[in-house]
Amino acid sequence: MVKSLEQSQPDSKNRRFDGLFRVLNYTLVRGVVIFLTIVVGVYLAILVANGGGYVDEIRIAQIKEQIGLQVASDEALRDFTLQERREFENRLVQQEIERLNLDKPFALRSFGYLWQGLTLDLGRAEYLQSDSGSAYVRNIIGERLGATLLLFATSQLFLFGVSIIFALFLSRRYGSPLDKLVVGLAPTSAAPSWFIGIFLILIFASILGWLPFGGMVEAPPPQSKLAYALSVIKHLILPASAIVVSSIFSTVYYWRTFFLIYSSEDYVDMAKAKGLTSSVIERRYVLRPTLPTIITSFALTLISLWTGSIILETVFSWPGLGRLTQQAINLFDTPVVVGTVVIYAYLLGVTVFLLDIIYVLVDPRVKLGGNGA
Amino acid sequence: MNLIKNMAAEIKKYPSVIAGLILIAFLVFLAAYALITIPYDEAIKLWRGGDNIWLESPRNARPVWFNYFYRDKKPETIIVRSEENVNKTTTKLAEGLYTSDIVFEFDYQYDDFPSELSLFLTSKAQTARPNVSITWHTPDGREYRMADLTLKPEESYRISQDTRLSRRLGGAVPEIGLFADPENPNKPLKGTYKLVIEGMLFEEGSSIEASFVSYGKVHGLAGTDHRRRDLTVALLWGAPVALAFGFLAAIGSTITTLILAACAVWYGGWVDSIIRRINEVVMILPTLPILIMVGMFYSRSIWVMLGCIIALGIFGSGIMTYRSMFLQVKESGYIEAAKAYGASNARIIFRYMIPKIIPVLIPQFVTMVPSYVFLEASLAVLGLGDPVLPTWGKLLNDAYENGALYTGHYYWVLQPAFLLIIAGLGFALLGFALDRIFNPKLRGL
Repeated sequence: MVKSLEQSQPDSKNRRFDGLFRVLNYTLVRGVVIFLTIVVGVYLAILVANGGGYVDEIRIAQIKEQIGLQVASDEALRDFTLQERREFENRLVQQEIERLNLDKPFALRSFGYLWQGLTLDLGRAEYLQSDSGSAYVRNIIGERLGATLLLFATSQLFLFGVSIIFALFLSRRYGSPLDKLVVGLAPTSAAPSWFIGIFLILIFASILGWLPFGGMVEAPPPQSKLAYALSVIKHLILPASAIVVSSIFSTVYYWRTFFLIYSSEDYVDMAKAKGLTSSVIERRYVLRPTLPTIITSFALTLISLWTGSIILETVFSWPGLGRLTQQAINLFDTPVVVGTVVIYAYLLGVTVFLLDIIYVLVDPRVKLGGNGA
Repeated sequence: MNLIKNMAAEIKKYPSVIAGLILIAFLVFLAAYALITIPYDEAIKLWRGGDNIWLESPRNARPVWFNYFYRDKKPETIIVRSEENVNKTTTKLAEGLYTSDIVFEFDYQYDDFPSELSLFLTSKAQTARPNVSITWHTPDGREYRMADLTLKPEESYRISQDTRLSRRLGGAVPEIGLFADPENPNKPLKGTYKLVIEGMLFEEGSSIEASFVSYGKVHGLAGTDHRRRDLTVALLWGAPVALAFGFLAAIGSTITTLILAACAVWYGGWVDSIIRRINEVVMILPTLPILIMVGMFYSRSIWVMLGCIIALGIFGSGIMTYRSMFLQVKESGYIEAAKAYGASNARIIFRYMIPKIIPVLIPQFVTMVPSYVFLEASLAVLGLGDPVLPTWGKLLNDAYENGALYTGHYYWVLQPAFLLIIAGLGFALLGFALDRIFNPKLRGL
């Protein structure tokens, strides 16, 4: 049906639809693959969390304790003998275990857990609470998600933009002192962002006292919206710079190398011979074919930065998911830890998925517009 | 042979190789020194810190070498014991009545007050416990009565916590009041101080021993932490742990990945596609959160973590790189020849394919090491460090949890951080340079 429609269109439109169709098809396939990955990740998390029936034991113990208390304090059961009361209690425990399917083999139950995990329906946290007072894991995580996304998106956009401009600039000045400096500094990226963060705190908060040690807003939070935003920005500077500094040198180094490799292609010489301006050459013949490679390398950087951000947030007391993870670890709050693993799986998946779509859009081998650039 | 010569000539062109090697050599030396001077059990015992091991070292003291950079000299810890050449006189007054006087004399030439003062007394007696009265004599001749005690077999007199003494000193904390210069109460009076313990013994064979500790504000090569532990133990022992962890994790994941990639290419077909699918999944698994869960629910042992890291790294990003290399190797003539003479699959994979790409792999391997070293530190910072082993990451975690950056104990953070930087930089410098040497595409860039 779609095919016959396409064929009836003029040629340029046909190619356009064809391209769109391919992009959609690709997006769909990647989406399914990534979703399956998330499912596998969540399932793995559940297996780990439940390994050896560890979580089950805790739950059964909780049920027993709860029902024991309930029976002991029930006025209506006063006249029962001890024997009868105990039997009654055991029956209630058994019912509850059956209701929660705790008597079924784990392999079966794990799929129930998987569904609960995927929908983040993880019930109540054991100790933690959201700032609004809710104990539901979903609410706690939802409240923290925004802070993490703010920090991460700001620093990533900044990192990407600055790196590309800087790398292009260096590829033009290949061999200059600045270029050599960046090559020399590239190995510093072995240090993760939280590690850089410690030094930034030391310099700018402890010694100079210019910026706050951590947190997201001043305490108490400013009343007016503008002051609030300014306060957040002030608190954002250090953690965001930590992320940027930790990976900018190696990113610029790698990208500049890609640019250099691509600018030695014959068609670039050809374009130069044609007398095109260097900015046009850069945009059309160097940047365009390099972008897919760059996006792949950026995806890898992003993946490692996501995990690094867990500790970065801890170091900066940034009230995001990473800090939540750390708090949950310290309080041994199982549902919240499982919840954060799930949400990180989602975040990673979505990041990779978005980059995949961008990859297709910038890859010159997939034409969307029909008439070149 | 020629190849090695060429390689050496190439390496000379990159000073960063030499710099990297020097840093790595330093770490290896540090690790060897740690293993030789502090045996494993000893290190664990010291770091656990029970049994009053660290009784005589100060809390949160800076490293001694800080004194070289400041005009005001911070005090070091001064310990005087009655067992070691100290004025001790015992006289018999009557049958069953003796005096035993201990005079501790020490020179105090620092520009700051000590952080704490303690007197540890031990006594031997059958039934009647000895009495002591303790007095303090300043260099300018003032005298303070400190305390009168009836001694238990082991008695610790925490001078710093003696509020009665503090009142007698006009409200000043004892470690300040006892040392303060009357002309200028913000500075200690320099000179020879005397602590006199006059004991009364009521039995034949009864005796008193004492040791006086004036806790300093600088201690040892690396300072101490909130639990009085000497940081040198953890700084030294962090080196072998970090190197072992980094190397084993890198070797473990590289080798398994390499073999899998070789199998994928050699067998092709469904083996290849399954391995590629698994790689796609593993690539976006949240590694650190999964490690966190393992640490929480199973074991925080560093070796369990190592196993998990290797297991998660098997299908990691390396596998696609190796795969594309093997694809080229598979087409070369000598593989054809091996097939012709009837070599088995295993022989071709292990004897012909894998050795061929090992040189290309070295730089990657070297750059992987520090990322694992930092991963261990990351886990420790999250509070999931090995429960018994002292590591750099655990130092950072302790420092962070005790607000070292807020309270100005910078040495606590900077020393482990410095060693981590050396580890990271050493391997990264070497790796980056090797990458440029072995990777013809990057040569000269």
